[in-house]
Amino acid sequence: MELAADGGGVMTGDVAVLGAGMHPWGKWGRGFVEYGAAAARAALADAGVDWRDVGSVVGADTVRGGYPGYVAGASYARALGWQGARVTSVYAACASGAQAIAAARAQILAGLADVVLVVGADAAPKGFFRPAGGDRPDDPDWLRFWLLGATNPAYFGLYARRRMAVHGDTPEDFALVKVKNAAMGALNPYARYRRRVTAEEVAASAVVADPLRLLDICATSDGGAALVLSSMEFARRHGAARPVRIRAVSTVTPRFPNPVLDLPDIATDPAVAVEPPEETFRASIARAAYEEAGLGPGDLDLAEVYDLSTALELQWYEDLGLCGAGEAAKLLREGTTAPGGRTPVNASGGLASFGEAVPAQAVAQVCELTWQLRGAAGERQIEGARVGITANQGLFGHGSSVVAVR
Amino acid sequence: MITGWFTGEGDGFRLLGTRCSSCASVFFPREDVHCRNPHCAGGTLEETPLSRTGRVWSYTDARYRPPSPFASDAELPWEPYALIAVELAAERIVVLGQAAPGITVADLAVGMEVEAVEGVLHGGGEAESATTWNWRPTGAAS
Ligand SMILES: [Zn+2]
Repeated sequence: MELAADGGGVMTGDVAVLGAGMHPWGKWGRGFVEYGAAAARAALADAGVDWRDVGSVVGADTVRGGYPGYVAGASYARALGWQGARVTSVYAACASGAQAIAAARAQILAGLADVVLVVGADAAPKGFFRPAGGDRPDDPDWLRFWLLGATNPAYFGLYARRRMAVHGDTPEDFALVKVKNAAMGALNPYARYRRRVTAEEVAASAVVADPLRLLDICATSDGGAALVLSSMEFARRHGAARPVRIRAVSTVTPRFPNPVLDLPDIATDPAVAVEPPEETFRASIARAAYEEAGLGPGDLDLAEVYDLSTALELQWYEDLGLCGAGEAAKLLREGTTAPGGRTPVNASGGLASFGEAVPAQAVAQVCELTWQLRGAAGERQIEGARVGITANQGLFGHGSSVVAVR
Repeated sequence: MITGWFTGEGDGFRLLGTRCSSCASVFFPREDVHCRNPHCAGGTLEETPLSRTGRVWSYTDARYRPPSPFASDAELPWEPYALIAVELAAERIVVLGQAAPGITVADLAVGMEVEAVEGVLHGGGEAESATTWNWRPTGAAS
C-alpha cells in the first residue's frame, strides 16, 4: 500500500458499513428533515443498530432549508429523538456527503465513536439552482448569476463543447450516456426517473445550454440517504463477519493554478507564474483516493460518478483513469462502462435517473456501492463486485471520492 | 457594484485585473488583498489592463431565462444570449463573459479570436453599474 501524497500522508484503517438506507428521490413537496430521518431509520434497520446506541451523528448540510439545514446533524438527531450523541454538521456543496463520511470515519479511527450515523437530505427548488438572496458582490456564486446569468447548465455546456472541440465527442455520444443510465435507473426503486430513454428522445428534447439538451442535464430532486458506519472491531462484535468496508475518502482541494473554469468562478487561476499541475483537479481527487486505498483503476469492479450532465460522465472516465484523455466516448460505445462491461459506471442509474439532491447524493453513491458489494442490488447487480469507487466535485474546490471494498 | 473591473471606451476598452509584484500572477476578477499563488511570499497587487483579445476556450448559450439575481424583464419574451470563455495568452487565464448582442453559438468556434468590448449589463440598472464587458469575434460588425 502506498502512502497518500495529498490530503493525508498517513496510513488509515478501514471502517465498516453496517447499514445503508435511502428515501426515494422525487419531488415530494415535504421538508428535508423528513427525508433524512426516513433514510436514517432505514439505515439503522439495515444495520440492526438501535438509534440509542449510536455514539455520533454527522449531517451533510443543505442551504435550502433555513437554519435547520445549516445544523443538519442536530436536525436529524432531534427528529430521531435526542439521545446525547456527539453531533457534527458539515457543508461542502455537492461534496457534503463525502465530507460527512470523512468526518465520521475520522471519529471512528480516532476512537471517539464506535458507531456513527451519516445523513444527507435535500428538498430542492423547481428549475435552476440559484444563489441565496441578498446583494453579495463578494460572492462568486452570486456574481455569476447577477453579472452573466451563468447557470449550472451553462458551465456544463461549456465543458461539453470543449470536449467536442478537443476530443471530437458528439451529441450522439452524450445521448448514449443518458440511454445507459436511464436503463439502470429503471431498475432502481429509489430513482426518481424509472423509464428507459432512447437516443432519439434525447435528441428531440429542447436545447438548454448549447450543445446540451434537457435530457443531457440532471434535474434537481428531493431525497435522503444515510449510512451507519462503525469500527471493524464493533462490526465483529455486532456479528457482521464480512462487512463492506470504506478504505479511502478523498476530500482534496485543487492545486494552484487550476486552469479549468470551475463552478462558480468567472475566471480561472492565472498560469503565468506557475505551470498548472499535470493532472486535472478531478484526476487528483481520484488519485488521492486510489493512493489511500492502495489500488488503481484496474482494480475497480464499478464506479458511481457525478453525471451532472452526460458529457461530464465521459469526463470522469478519463479522470478516474478508466481510459486515456479523449477516449471516453470510445469506452462508452464499446460497452466497457455498461453492465457486463469491464467497469460499469452508474449502475444506480446515476444523477440522470435520480436528479441531484445535493447533500444526499454523495451518500447515496456509497449506498449503491454497499448494496452492489454485498450482492444485494437486485436486478441491477454487477456480478462479483468487490471494489467500487465514487467520485464527484463540489463547488468552491471540494473533491469527493470514496473507495469501498468487500 | 463591479467598480474597477474595466476601463476606457471604444477601441480603448480593457478589462482590469491586478498583478502581483512578487510573482507576476494576474488575477481577474481583481484580487486586492492577497496573491493566491501558494508558492509566492506575497507582493503588492497593482491594477493592470488585461489583453484585449484572446481565443475561445469554449462557448454555450442560455436558452432559458436565468433566475434572480440575474435581472431581466419578465414581461418580454426571452432572448437567448451566448456565453464565451476566453483564454488570454499573456495572462494564461480564462475569462467568462456574455457574447456581444447578436452573436449566437452559430457564429462561434473553439480557438476563434475574440475581443473584449463594452456591453450593457442585462436588465440595465442604475447608470453606474449598467456597463459590463462582452466578447465579440474580432472584426465582427458591432
Ligand atoms: Zn504572487
